[in-house]
Amino acid sequence: MSNTKSWGNYPKVNAKTVIISETHRLKSFIKKEEEIIAYGNGRSYGDSAINDTIVCIKPKNYFLNFDDDLGLLHIQAGALLTEILEFSVPRGWFLKVTPGTKLITVGGAIASDVHGKNHHIEGCFSECVAMLNLLLPSGEIVSCSKTENIELFRATCGGMGLTGIILDAKIYLKKIESRFIKQKTIKTKNLKETFEAFEKYKNKPYSVAWIDCLAKNDKMGRSLLMVGDFTNDGRLDFIPKKKVNVPFFFPSFILNTLSVKIFNTFYYMKVKDGITEKLVDFETFFYPLDSINNWNRIYGRNGFIQYQFILPKRNSYEGLEEILKSIASSGKGSFLSVLKLYGKENGNFLSFPIEGYSLALDFKIEKGLFELLNKLDEIVVNRGGRIYLAKDARVAKDTFEKGYPKIEIFRNIRKKYKMNEKFNSIQSKRLGI
Amino acid sequence: MKNLTQFNLNDLVSKKEYVLIIGAKSDVAMAVARKYAKEGFNLYLASRNSDTLEEFASDLKLRYECHAQCLELDILDYSSHQFFYDQLKEEVIGVISAVGYLGDQKISEKEFMEASKLIDTNFTGIVSLFNIIALDFEQRKSGFICGISSVAGDRGRKKNYIYGAAKAALSTYLSGLRNRLFSSGVHVITVKPGFIATKMTEGLDLPKRLTGTPEQVASDIYNAQKKLTNVVYTIWIWRWIMLIIRNIPEWQFKKMNI
Ligand SMILES: Cc1cc2nc3c(=O)[nH]c(=O)nc-3n(C[C@H](O)[C@H](O)[C@H](O)COP(=O)(O)OP(=O)(O)OC[C@H]3O[C@@H](n4cnc5c(N)ncnc54)[C@H](O)[C@@H]3O)c2cc1C
Ligand SMILES: NC(=O)c1ccc[n+]([C@@H]2O[C@H](COP(=O)([O-])OP(=O)(O)OC[C@H]3O[C@@H](n4cnc5c(N)ncnc54)[C@H](OP(=O)(O)O)[C@@H]3O)[C@@H](O)[C@H]2O)c1
Repeated sequence: MSNTKSWGNYPKVNAKTVIISETHRLKSFIKKEEEIIAYGNGRSYGDSAINDTIVCIKPKNYFLNFDDDLGLLHIQAGALLTEILEFSVPRGWFLKVTPGTKLITVGGAIASDVHGKNHHIEGCFSECVAMLNLLLPSGEIVSCSKTENIELFRATCGGMGLTGIILDAKIYLKKIESRFIKQKTIKTKNLKETFEAFEKYKNKPYSVAWIDCLAKNDKMGRSLLMVGDFTNDGRLDFIPKKKVNVPFFFPSFILNTLSVKIFNTFYYMKVKDGITEKLVDFETFFYPLDSINNWNRIYGRNGFIQYQFILPKRNSYEGLEEILKSIASSGKGSFLSVLKLYGKENGNFLSFPIEGYSLALDFKIEKGLFELLNKLDEIVVNRGGRIYLAKDARVAKDTFEKGYPKIEIFRNIRKKYKMNEKFNSIQSKRLGI
Repeated sequence: MKNLTQFNLNDLVSKKEYVLIIGAKSDVAMAVARKYAKEGFNLYLASRNSDTLEEFASDLKLRYECHAQCLELDILDYSSHQFFYDQLKEEVIGVISAVGYLGDQKISEKEFMEASKLIDTNFTGIVSLFNIIALDFEQRKSGFICGISSVAGDRGRKKNYIYGAAKAALSTYLSGLRNRLFSSGVHVITVKPGFIATKMTEGLDLPKRLTGTPEQVASDIYNAQKKLTNVVYTIWIWRWIMLIIRNIPEWQFKKMNI
């Protein structure tokens, strides 16, 4: 038994954790146990990888094959994206889709159908999955792809570990000619300018904005939009950066409205007005937080919630205005607030992205937070939006259901394969998935 | 063009030096194998039932462009050791053994078979193999020999003193070997892990701050080899913990429950 939690340090659960890497042991294990959930590297923020019994898949991390004509990598599900990059970057290949941390497993990337700064062009992680092998509750292993066992593929990508255990997958990489990115930062003065900038740069392969969520009135929505693309200078060596560590949990009073406001203002002010350009390596561009070990401890022992929602494009502007107003007037807010314009929705049953704007913010857990978030939920759902399950630890069942209209198809698949009797997380039970 | 680069690559790989890893299926040994492959070595991986290691070996080959060959070795089959060592096609520049057996203290108190297995796996078998390798390295006047012992060998405790005694014997053996081989330029490393989170300790409730990962042990071993360190505690804090434990007077220690 050990105290298990995910990246948000909330909730904490006394769970039995079993580490298994061999497929035949996994097979007999799932037959024996009543109810389990797969655990990758615990980089989901909420309760999607947590239950009383957890199977840790990370040690199942072998590289099985690499076809360097196609850029097709066959790899076991426990391998971390950073292991892939250490292998692929010097050979001139990069992940087609990567989230804001490289410390997640391939299984976790598929199960959350993660997305990155290029969602508007490349879509979700499942776009680069040529096929995956899934261990079902019956002990059978099925190969799924966009052409074979399509229903299982659509359910598993974005399915939050609720369809079985992903054992291995073949994923396509993309060719690069440098590990450097030409990054352009556009400083905007308010939400309107921010939206205009997103539209203007929507052909750039990568884009994301840091937004000052505590700015009010005419400054509301002011942002730093960062766009970029790989250069082609041939520099491909990759030595992972040295990390600093947050050695202990910060006392929770350190982050308060004032300190966050000061940080945000400073962060915004230090960038020159208008447009600035510089060359940065891919780690700085894609994974700024990976250079700080245990950064989640700054929110204190009680943990934090990352609240991420998305609104359909037509409702995005008004919705965001309303939400930013509520946040700014509540005084609760964070320095890691990220806004992004997403591309088209895919056909997976539970994948998060739809075409529109998404905002992600960190809130430390404190009095009044859940009331605020409930209020935000209502705005989101009323405007046709949804909450990201990979970040969630608290949303109500009906809020979830309204956001994900394909949930019934997913539930039926779970029943058909008896997945609902074997694979459950605290999240799936809370939401009746 | 492609064939040419392929050819150069093979050439490069065959120029890499070989390291021999014993007990290769243990989590620690696997981490050591990855570390050495990453640092540019080819590997011989020896274990019992080595066929289940093949997948791991191909992972190493793919990731690090090295040779990794799996071999059979039972550390208790003493008479096979000379043949085992002679069959290696390439000279090895170093050997690392992670072989060990935690056993069951309670059973070993009642059944000598268990006690003997503990002693032979953790000590006798390694002496048998290392003796052979030491002779070769001594003649070649180069190489390194690394044995994984344990802090359990630093003082006998009722919890696991048969295992501890075997590890103590191993530490003493390695110390003597180091003394003997120093003048031949062969370096001997004794690794004394405290707790490591591995298959061996799965299910035990280990204190987080005192528990290392196989990867930490691997990089400690690599650094010890580079810097010619003799005895490594891993993680480092165990050196100080064991200093205190070794200095508790016996009249006091015998009453304690640790
Ligand atoms: C700093 C940071 C930045 C992030 N940025 C982004 C981002 O930009 N975009 C984005 O989409 N996400 C982002 N995330 C979220 C993260 O990518 C996802 O939560 C991801 O799923 C975590 O993967 P993991 O390997 O840590 O899995 P875990 O957190 O351990 O598990 C996540 C889910 O995957 C399931 N799972 C894991 N392995 C398997 C398997 N082998 N088989 C079946 N199911 C499995 C679990 O059951 C669980 O439901 C970020 C997280 C952090 C901490
Ligand atoms: N884990 C800890 O907390 C800890 C603490 C201190 C010291 N250590 C030492 O660290 C080393 C590695 O331990 P670990 O935790 O990785 O444990 P492990 O997985 O049990 O490793 C022990 C290895 O020894 C091999 N072995 C046992 N008997 C053998 C035999 N007769 N012939 C050949 N190989 C044999 C085992 O092979 P099979 O795979 O075939 O069984 C296994 O690979 C051991 O020497 C251990 O004593 C561990």
